[in-house]
Amino acid sequence: MSLSNEKLKDLLWLVGLTNENELNCEQCLALVAEFAECELAGKSISDGLKAVEQHLSVCSECREEYEALQRVLDGIEGDTSKK
Amino acid sequence: MSRNNAAWAAALSPQSAQRNSAVSELRELLLRNLRKALSSYPRADEAFLEDAVQDSLVRILGRLDQFEGRSRFLTWATTIAIRIAMTELRRKRWQDVSLDEVVASPSSQQHAAGPDEQVERNAIIEKMREVIATQLTEKQRTVLTAEMKGMAQVEIARHLGSNRNAVYKLNHDARKKLKQGLEAAGYDADSIQAVFAR
Repeated sequence: MSLSNEKLKDLLWLVGLTNENELNCEQCLALVAEFAECELAGKSISDGLKAVEQHLSVCSECREEYEALQRVLDGIEGDTSKK
Repeated sequence: MSRNNAAWAAALSPQSAQRNSAVSELRELLLRNLRKALSSYPRADEAFLEDAVQDSLVRILGRLDQFEGRSRFLTWATTIAIRIAMTELRRKRWQDVSLDEVVASPSSQQHAAGPDEQVERNAIIEKMREVIATQLTEKQRTVLTAEMKGMAQVEIARHLGSNRNAVYKLNHDARKKLKQGLEAAGYDADSIQAVFAR
């Protein structure tokens, strides 16, 4: 174990955001498209999607993927209707 | 061409006469989206993106029955393509790095000697070190340390003979133990925030 105090401080932040039950990365992937569209539309986040928000706060890799998705969403064409 | 969710599902179904053209259209849309998503990643060149899109199409077509229509189809498909592409980028970045070396190596940011006003912070940090050393399993310590040093989950999983979800669970269990250990020592989330916000 060789984490510097600075890294431990980062970890402390994550510990503070930790919930007893969390989505794993695969479960997050299944819901993140819906979450991203809600966020983009400024809609309120349902209780089910709040778990996505929590996962993104503690998982740097899923957060990195979500940020990449956000860069795309404004430009999505060819699929404009959700019916 | 613009398709809604029902049109995508119908066109991509194995029985569809339009399947080939729909797959071609989806390939082009995913390629365009990945270019935008990964525009700041130098290693994501055109050849890389095309391979990632091809792998993504296989995954997406194999999972069509899992699309529930809760978002636009293309958003859903793009999340899968981003996951596949970024996982591959991370794998390449970390594939020649030993997990043992990452865990054992010193972190790049070293702690400077703390002034008196940091006594409380240092006490919390020392409690964390104690909980990590005494209450986490060896695997939990390894995963937590490697992830905090930025190592990709996919490579941690490969070294451990595991998968990303299992790595996430080890990390989650470790964080829960840390939270419980700190609370038992009198450091709840509010008091920690108060100390570190000063």
